Amino acid sequence: MIGIEHYLTVGAILFVLGVLGIFLNRKNVIVILMAVELILLAVNLNLVAFSAFMQDLVGQIFAMLVLTVAAAEAAIGLAILVIYFRGHGSIAVDDINRMKG
Amino acid sequence: MDFAPSFALIAPELLLIGAGLALLLVAAWGGDKAARPMAIAAAAALFGAGFLLVPGLHLGADGPATLAFGGLIKVDSFALFAKALIYLAAIGALMVAPAFFTSAAAGTERVMRAEYPVLVVFATVGMSIMVSANDFMSLYLGLELNSLSAYVLAAILRKDTRSGEAGLKYFVLGALASGILLYGMSLLYGFTGGTSFTAVRAGLSGELAYGPLFGVIFVLAGLAFKISAVPFHMWTPDVYEGAPTPVTAFFATAPKVAAVALTARVVFEVFGAQIAAWQQIVMFTALASIIFGALGAIGQENLKRLLAYSSINNIGFILLGLAVANQAGASAMLVYLFIYVAMSLGSFVALLMLRDDEGALFETFADIRGLSVTRPAIAWALLLFMFSLAGIPPLLGFYSKFVVFQATVEAGLIAFGAIAIAASVIGAFYYIKFVKVMFFDEPAGVVTGKSETGHWALLGLTALIISPLGYLLTPSLSDLADKAAASLFLAV
Repeated sequence: MIGIEHYLTVGAILFVLGVLGIFLNRKNVIVILMAVELILLAVNLNLVAFSAFMQDLVGQIFAMLVLTVAAAEAAIGLAILVIYFRGHGSIAVDDINRMKG
Repeated sequence: MDFAPSFALIAPELLLIGAGLALLLVAAWGGDKAARPMAIAAAAALFGAGFLLVPGLHLGADGPATLAFGGLIKVDSFALFAKALIYLAAIGALMVAPAFFTSAAAGTERVMRAEYPVLVVFATVGMSIMVSANDFMSLYLGLELNSLSAYVLAAILRKDTRSGEAGLKYFVLGALASGILLYGMSLLYGFTGGTSFTAVRAGLSGELAYGPLFGVIFVLAGLAFKISAVPFHMWTPDVYEGAPTPVTAFFATAPKVAAVALTARVVFEVFGAQIAAWQQIVMFTALASIIFGALGAIGQENLKRLLAYSSINNIGFILLGLAVANQAGASAMLVYLFIYVAMSLGSFVALLMLRDDEGALFETFADIRGLSVTRPAIAWALLLFMFSLAGIPPLLGFYSKFVVFQATVEAGLIAFGAIAIAASVIGAFYYIKFVKVMFFDEPAGVVTGKSETGHWALLGLTALIISPLGYLLTPSLSDLADKAAASLFLAV
């Protein structure tokens, strides 16, 4: 029988993968965008699992809102990335260093 | 269900949303030519929305029913106080923008984009919803509306590589912060059985188990990102340096007010039953922000970067008022916020006035050498702001630090107050360096450009507020802050 704790474990693993993806990734920014999506998916999984477990609809409504905002966020992230690429000619993470200190 | 009372409560937001949508249409048809009148219209809309706030400001704890939309939104004096500050800061950011974007300071584009006023208005609506949130869902939506507009604002100079980089960094770290915050909210939802602040608060009473404790910590970490408190401050100097200066002035004021007010509401109303659990976390971030803000600024050559560290330092003092965890502390925090907004808006306007004949901006220490000879008015204004930020009496910056320390000492947290005072002495070093470079070094003589009337007006106004004359404001300011804090503590 799959219980709430299994869902939460998967959610926690996804969340940690997402955070690690942001910090350990040295290659390019697209991977960071994917990692952000992974974090939001972890949150959605948590919300829906709790919602089903408690027989309470609020969590699923919240998950819908998160999905919508995630789509807007991805669009804006990609737009900023395009602007950045036009200026720098590269989206490698190691090249994002015009400002330091 | 009758929505009329709810709509009446969110009248300022409705006005701003309407104005934002109308401006969007104007931008679509008028293009960038319409940008300057649009900025004026947006400022007028913000002013009108601010006018709608005034009746509620004085009500305090005796206010009428304040819940709208079945408890998703709460419009109490505390929210109104924060909104008034946010609108004022946003008006400032709109006032200084046209002169900047049409001069050489804006790089090769030299045109104010019509999106700028629209984005500022939408970001302000987001902040309004943030400070009025009474449910994790409305909190999240307000926060994202603000953040998404802010990411674009940071990257609005499309030809400038620094602006693009600032936008990208802000986006990645802001998205991470939202993710952390959301994860915390999902845990709190699961362990307390609701997303409204009252439901979560009820679920958090008694012994705190590990699950909800994780939720509390994640939510606090996400919020700390948004207010750029140590240890989540890494993005601040880069974003402040890279973003166009009017946008930086906006970031340093309005979103800070919104995020601090939101944090105050969350810790008192949601985590109010677990004060011991969050007080030590907030106290740690407060002291760490004060110390790192002071130490990090030493050795910076770029003035915008320096002001970024200064804002981290100031956020530390604001959080110190929050960490006191009583009504006096919350009131001191609000007073500090008001004075902080005036000081940072003024300093950034002064930076905007450091330009050559073409209008290109100067932003390093080397450029402001001997400014007191070449541009005495700007130099004296900067002297006022820097001494005020350092907390030197008789300027108003001293009063703000004084009320926070008073609240800290009266709550018996004398050791923490002493550490903060010691760190603020270290911080005085770089503020005084500013003055030394401007007044005692050989003039570099590069700052020759004329300044706009709007800049002079804003500089004069903020300088007047933080000058000793500003003490005339303090009785009514303390009164409003007390009432706002009282309404916040109704739920506690």
